Amino acid sequence: MAKKGPKGKPQPLPAPEGKKGSKAAPPPKAAKRVPKKKQMLLESSDDSDTEQQQHLQEEDSDLDLPSDSDAEELSGSDAEADELSGSDAEGSGDEVEEDEEEEEEGDDESDDDPLADDFLADSDDSEGGDSGIESDESDDLEAKSRAIDERKLKAEEEAEEELKTNIRSESDEFRLPTAEMFPAVELVEVLEAFEKRPPECLRTNTLKKQGASSFLPVMALAPQEKERIVDMAAAPGGKTTYIGALMKNTGIIYANEFNEKRLHGLLGNIHRMGVTNTIVCNYDGKELPKVLGMNSVDRVLLDAPCTGTGTIWKDPQIKTSKDIEDIRNCAFVQKQLLLAAIDLVDANSKTGGYVVYSTCSIMIAENEAVIDYALKKRNVKLVPCGLDFGRPGFIRFREYRFHTSLDKTRRFYPHVNNMDGFFVAKLKKLSNTIPETSESSKASEGAVEKADPSGDDEDTKAVPDEQEKSVPDKDEKAVQMKNHKDTKKANKGTSEPKPDKPAKHLKNHKKDAMETDGPESTETNEDVKEVRHEQTKQTGNKKKIASDRTKKFAPKSTSVIKEKKPVSDKKRKRKWQFKLRRDWEAGKKSDKRRKV
Amino acid sequence: MRPLDEKETTQVFEKLFKFTGPNLKHLLERPAVEGPDPEPGRYCLRLHRNRVYYASEALVRRATAVARPRLAGVGTPIGKFTHHGAFHLTVHALDLLAAHARRRVWLKPDTERNFLFGNSVPKSSLARITENTKAGDGVVVMSMADLPLGFGIAARSAQDCRKADTNAVVVLHQADAGEYLRKEEELM
Repeated sequence: MAKKGPKGKPQPLPAPEGKKGSKAAPPPKAAKRVPKKKQMLLESSDDSDTEQQQHLQEEDSDLDLPSDSDAEELSGSDAEADELSGSDAEGSGDEVEEDEEEEEEGDDESDDDPLADDFLADSDDSEGGDSGIESDESDDLEAKSRAIDERKLKAEEEAEEELKTNIRSESDEFRLPTAEMFPAVELVEVLEAFEKRPPECLRTNTLKKQGASSFLPVMALAPQEKERIVDMAAAPGGKTTYIGALMKNTGIIYANEFNEKRLHGLLGNIHRMGVTNTIVCNYDGKELPKVLGMNSVDRVLLDAPCTGTGTIWKDPQIKTSKDIEDIRNCAFVQKQLLLAAIDLVDANSKTGGYVVYSTCSIMIAENEAVIDYALKKRNVKLVPCGLDFGRPGFIRFREYRFHTSLDKTRRFYPHVNNMDGFFVAKLKKLSNTIPETSESSKASEGAVEKADPSGDDEDTKAVPDEQEKSVPDKDEKAVQMKNHKDTKKANKGTSEPKPDKPAKHLKNHKKDAMETDGPESTETNEDVKEVRHEQTKQTGNKKKIASDRTKKFAPKSTSVIKEKKPVSDKKRKRKWQFKLRRDWEAGKKSDKRRKV
Repeated sequence: MRPLDEKETTQVFEKLFKFTGPNLKHLLERPAVEGPDPEPGRYCLRLHRNRVYYASEALVRRATAVARPRLAGVGTPIGKFTHHGAFHLTVHALDLLAAHARRRVWLKPDTERNFLFGNSVPKSSLARITENTKAGDGVVVMSMADLPLGFGIAARSAQDCRKADTNAVVVLHQADAGEYLRKEEELM
């Protein structure tokens, strides 16, 4: 973060100090005068949203700059983090330092206890003490700042270690991901914002105060007139009626609701709003492809049933009543529903071919993980939602590595967007065919699937267009690094480096995966790729190259089935994952070098 | 979901005729916007679980894929058959009637609420009435802003309304928009 010129904005020193210096080493600090500190503070705080600033001014001093932190979270570059924290460190005063430490402790607390109400108490205490200290020691600034830096450094080390242990230990599995989703200070805001009710919407009656977040998925869906739309979880009807309004009562909306009791409200709202082009039915969403026919509609909206962690203000019980089993069950159902939704859509539809998946939850397991699963199981790709606000979804989180295109999904938070916590993702179906491996492989988020040696070949072959320029060897190598070692090596000789393949979406998918994904995603991508490869095998590797380069999405008919090699070893996941990760990173570096 | 048989069709049309008069066939023969087909079809009436639905043919065709116990609704319901076989129009038909009815009645602004609570319309609420209204005609009740509020049966002809005293009932209430809130449970 470049240092900007000092701003003359008057801010009280205690106020937006916010600093989340827990994760980076502070640069060496010379003595700074207090005014200069203020300036630095202003500079760093300029990066944050103005909303945040105001919020911070009113609140405790330990609130942070969420935008900075988020950038750090998402991009994950340590260098950036260092810079950020460095500039932050300059501006931070004594209070912040102590607050940070407090925060870290509080952070741990909040990890274990979702009801992190103790948080504020801690910071309050420290704040009171700090203000006293500050006035006394203005002379001693230099020594003080050094002490601060040391403490900060120590705190960060502790945090690092703690983070590492988090990754390694299984028992952590059900800690609220909010601890890692947000930096400590932002966490406070998040939790507070969840308590408050966001602005209500105008609709009343059974539609009952749906926030603006209800309309976001429909905006992303962008239904056109005369289309066939399915709303798979329609009650109470806010989205369905909005769709009807956008379509001006043309086309058809299939409004499906699984829960009979909620059907009543749905019908009432549809009729009251004067939406006439609906067929309301009462199915389990998974059955809809059988009822309506596969590949039969233009767009599908799936507002999946979730744990509702984004709407805590409606039901504070959610904080305490959901546990890991609930989330797993929800995620399972959501995956099945999403696959059914994808099957409903007609990839060849003239105007559509989109699925919008949304939840009112902020859990990774229900959002990014489900989308990642769908990307592996079906011929779909993520496209921009059409919503230019909201934060991009996570690509990496704890031990999960998702497809890079997941940054096209959008997350909305109450403390940022002033609406319910929400997640929206828009998928475009690329082809109506279902990858065969997806049906045979087990479904789990990070499961390592069989490592087909043939798959390896195909992986190297199946490289997306844009990446085809890259050196084939490199791709191969990179892929190999990511995939099972033995099989890879076995095939290295046989597979032609040419990264050509009938360009399915998987190519892009795959290439991205190879470039940036961790081992797990690649693994399953590979499996999916196998199918493609199998199909194209007979034409021969080399042949593919030239013709495939130009093709975007070759029809499946051109591909030929290649015999699949039996599933090879499944190594112990964790150890192997770490090993792969290291290798992958090494491979990535070499890729980068080669690319350039 | 099945098409109406003779008797049922007669009953429905009788009720509708009170409102629309000779325009009735226009109700079913106007081009339908719903449905994804480029050429508009016609509308039709279907019976499903004692409710009569008004939907375009395209919609109806696609709804046949849905199993009977699973279908909750198609298009707009316009009325229901009671246990003993009588047919009543419900408030869901309001939009349709408002578009095709011949006779209208406008209410004074302060008195709208009274009607929306389910009461009949006394002469004191009346602001305007279509000129050639006869007693027993179906009438759509509108607000001064031309917003349909409900419908009913005219108790007096237009001339008689002028002569009647202020508390005399002019329109017998049949359905109003307030029922969406009051009678949520019963409507469906």
